[in-house]
Amino acid sequence: MTTYFTQDHEWIAVEGDSATVGITDYAQAQLGDVVFVEVPPVGTEVAKGKEAAVVESVKAASDVYAPVSGTVTEANSALEADPALVNTSPEGEGWFFKLKLADAGELEGLMDETAYKAFVAGL
Amino acid sequence: MSDDDHIAEPLPLDAWHRARGARMVPFAGYAMPIQYEGIIAEHAWTREHAGLFDVSHMGQLTLAGEGLDDALEALLPADVKSLAVGRMRYSLLLNESGGIIDDLMLCRWPTKIYMVVNGAVKAGDIAHMRARLPAAITLDHMTERALLALQGPEAFAALARVTTGRWDLSALTFMMGGPYEIDGIDAFITRSGYTGEDGFEISVDAAEVERVADILCAQPEVKPIGLGARDSLRLEAGLPLYGHDLDTNTDPVSADLGFAISKRRRTEGGFPGADRILKYLADGAPTKRVGLALEGRLPAREGAEIFAGDVKVGTVTSGGFAPSVGAPIAMGYVDAAHAAVGTRLEIEVRGKRLAATVAPMPFVPHRYVRKGAA
Repeated sequence: MTTYFTQDHEWIAVEGDSATVGITDYAQAQLGDVVFVEVPPVGTEVAKGKEAAVVESVKAASDVYAPVSGTVTEANSALEADPALVNTSPEGEGWFFKLKLADAGELEGLMDETAYKAFVAGL
Repeated sequence: MSDDDHIAEPLPLDAWHRARGARMVPFAGYAMPIQYEGIIAEHAWTREHAGLFDVSHMGQLTLAGEGLDDALEALLPADVKSLAVGRMRYSLLLNESGGIIDDLMLCRWPTKIYMVVNGAVKAGDIAHMRARLPAAITLDHMTERALLALQGPEAFAALARVTTGRWDLSALTFMMGGPYEIDGIDAFITRSGYTGEDGFEISVDAAEVERVADILCAQPEVKPIGLGARDSLRLEAGLPLYGHDLDTNTDPVSADLGFAISKRRRTEGGFPGADRILKYLADGAPTKRVGLALEGRLPAREGAEIFAGDVKVGTVTSGGFAPSVGAPIAMGYVDAAHAAVGTRLEIEVRGKRLAATVAPMPFVPHRYVRKGAA
């Protein structure tokens, strides 16, 4: 499994042609207390860089973008009852959705963990 | 963070906030702390203990001169003449059509009136008043003063421990103010605030505010609280925020602030927009600011449209997740026919209709300490 990161602070863990998407620890810290997550229903076609989910913190709603294009195969239903999982375990139990990649070539250009850490350190 | 950070002016406690881990955001032209440890934790701390808010962005003014009461009554619907020394009153700066230029607090000092106005619009307020007040009236914008708010059920215990003065702090009940000292530093303290909790606002020299903030935060009941929780607390308390729930297009009656039109002024009129406002008081206004309790967990934010069936009947002006309620709440303006408590409406969020019910405000009961109700 390889994990990639976007400049919009999403992570995508890829295994074969499947992937899991969530937001990074940096992103959850910036958002603050998450009170609601709207994840795309199974079957939704998401496009790289386009809105795929919405995360609501106490103070504002923020879009979450799809790191790559694909078809949603599962949404994290645990977030419905406990949206704070995004704060407590952003890169674990607080994942948003899983998808089947449309084009693995789109992963090129995303950051690896080292590059993402350097990117965040520069913010 | 954003580039706006660099154009926002620092407040006197800027370094103090940053040293305490605050995330700073631009607000009302200043860099202000949005949160320290997290909005929900800070909100809960204020409801249970005492939160210290830096509200130094607000405009602190004093007005003085011959004929001051009459001059102010020409601009505001408050009964200024009956305001005794040490008493405080909520009022509204109104334009000629009765629109709200700002909401504010007035407090009578022995020879002056002390006024606190909103930070984002203070320059406009001052210009408006200076253009209309007679030459005999002086208006001093006390830019050398900082303002702190200490709010919560334990605010009195914490503040009383560090305050000295001619009167015991308990002599101040809700909407009263007086001069005190905190560790030898002069402080004008009012028992007021904008969280719905008991609490105080503390005006001190900006050069001394860091020491006062340190002294207050050294009390076990007190933690610093950011703007984020200030907003969720005031929303639960049903208190409107200027620039969101109030603006120059809203009048006091629609805004459900009829209490700010003093009894004598209702009879005599003589304030800006009196014709329209007195007519609305008698016959009702076409729209009304109401509270909205939402079903489910998805919050509705400012700007969301409110529907009765297919008909748009209003707009949300403030909304979010209410930590003490444990659910999303909102306030907004709806047509008078849909403003009764219990009316079932829908709010549109990202193409979805959320069920909402007009709810009584405050959403969380006020806990002001009023005179004679010890």
